[in-house]
Amino acid sequence: MLTQEEIHQIEHEISLVPSKKAACIEALKVVQQHRGWVSDEDLKDTAVLLDMSPDELDSVATFYNLIFRRQVGRNVILLCDSISCWVMGYEGLREHLMQKLSIKYGETTPDGRFTLLPNVCLGTCDCAPALMVGNDLYQNVTPEQLDDILSKYN
Amino acid sequence: MEKPLTQHIVPGRPPLSLKEYEQVGGYQSVRKVLKEMTPAEVQTLVKDSNLRGRGGAGFNTGLKWSFVPMGDDVPRPKYLVANADEMEPGTFKDRLLLEGNPHQLIEGMIVASYAIQADISYVFLRFAYKLAAQEITKAINEAYEAGYLGKNILGSGYSLEMHLHTGVGRYMCGEETALLNALEGKRANPRAKPPFPQVSGLYGKPTIVNNVETLCCLPHIVNNGAEWFKGLSRNKSEDAGTKLYGVSGKVNKPGCWELPMGVTVRELLEEYAGGMKNGYKFRGALPGGASTDFLVEEHLDVKMDYNSVAAVGSRMGTGTMIVLDDQTCPVGFVQNLQHFFAQESCGFCTPCREGLPWVEKVLGSIDNGTGKQTDLNILDFHTKYLGPGNTFCALAPGAMEPLQSALKYFREDFERHIHEQRCPWRS
Repeated sequence: MLTQEEIHQIEHEISLVPSKKAACIEALKVVQQHRGWVSDEDLKDTAVLLDMSPDELDSVATFYNLIFRRQVGRNVILLCDSISCWVMGYEGLREHLMQKLSIKYGETTPDGRFTLLPNVCLGTCDCAPALMVGNDLYQNVTPEQLDDILSKYN
Repeated sequence: MEKPLTQHIVPGRPPLSLKEYEQVGGYQSVRKVLKEMTPAEVQTLVKDSNLRGRGGAGFNTGLKWSFVPMGDDVPRPKYLVANADEMEPGTFKDRLLLEGNPHQLIEGMIVASYAIQADISYVFLRFAYKLAAQEITKAINEAYEAGYLGKNILGSGYSLEMHLHTGVGRYMCGEETALLNALEGKRANPRAKPPFPQVSGLYGKPTIVNNVETLCCLPHIVNNGAEWFKGLSRNKSEDAGTKLYGVSGKVNKPGCWELPMGVTVRELLEEYAGGMKNGYKFRGALPGGASTDFLVEEHLDVKMDYNSVAAVGSRMGTGTMIVLDDQTCPVGFVQNLQHFFAQESCGFCTPCREGLPWVEKVLGSIDNGTGKQTDLNILDFHTKYLGPGNTFCALAPGAMEPLQSALKYFREDFERHIHEQRCPWRS
């Protein structure tokens, strides 16, 4: 069940565009902002508000890699794996993160604290390698700094 | 040396507020076009300035605008979209403009919107630029309050709405027709052209999509004229203005600089990026993002402008260069690129969806020492088969540019992997 607040925010997004469907990405963003991800049930409830079938909405949701259709941890780590970060040795960060957190790409730590995902170029290539944790960007990261960075997040 | 686009950007300092921006001449171009120029005159001015699209394609901006239907009897609303979906690997130039001076972008968007008589404008911003999203939101609100946006701007009778849209990932969104689908709440597949967006774009209405850096040039062209803009570039460069150039990789001072259009590759590498790091040698560079052909040693004196880079078989693209050094494996380098393109293919057309993963796998087997001599034929075949004209959009042809040039310039390295059945850089 979507909350009144979520429904209200989705209806506001619908009011800004020419058709209900056109607000569907914004609606998915609303749900994810409140819940961290979009479950099957949430997707069905959202589709009703948009006059879309659940499958139609899912076809959009699954296209975009930052709409999460599986549960993620409280903090999502986006590790840049594109070319400049590869040249500058992002693979060392990957190994360290996987070992430290005992998870692979796409997995979440058992305590629900972190999810680790590879991500395309973060647009800060002069400060490679780079990663994001939640909304925070980290540049020129070395494996030694990772423990400190992770300790900031609960 | 004039640096109009970055003159008010100080790294580490917040961008100018609207008041501060006005004090250094901000929004003067909006006053000028609204009070003294017709939309047609703005279009002609920009066409004459020879401003070319800074997103990578290099199409004349004024000419692009000229295909938008004008007059009273045209479909409405018309739209202007700032493409701030900077996702080309190795590219980090628009981030500087977005975080450093959002009012300059808004001013440029108002000028562009007026020139095509747009009613509604969007900034399409990629998800990763969180700071830029905050700064742009603040700046749009300030511009509304000051009367530069909204109804009857500065009493001119011209009205314009502006909204920020933040994306949820996918490289495809940078392609202008796919971007329009994303804005409409659809999967970001590209659209068939024609009809071009100028005639039938967002919600089927006339639409212009311009890159952030392109739009940021406009206030300065309006204030100083077409001849001034042409004079900014290096002597005898056919292209006008300044350009935001960048360098990343194993150089001493990676970074992004606004320089006259037409500086050479060597100047960028040696003077601005401080040369290669101690112990590393230059082997090649992608001049303008992941989807451009390699330049090598013999090209160091090539001018970084659209025509000069094209003349040696590559593209200037975004102007942000990725350097390949002698201690980095060229096969691994290209495999990283092809992994990106295979993953980011939207899957809409078969050659791209099926071809790119095949290329990635073949490169993977060469890289890990299980490649065969015939694999090189498969790669050569794909550079033709996925080339221009065989796919629905430019993603796969772009992906083939670094591959075909790597096969040309670094072929002995590919062959060494196959003969030695290992990666010489790894063991």
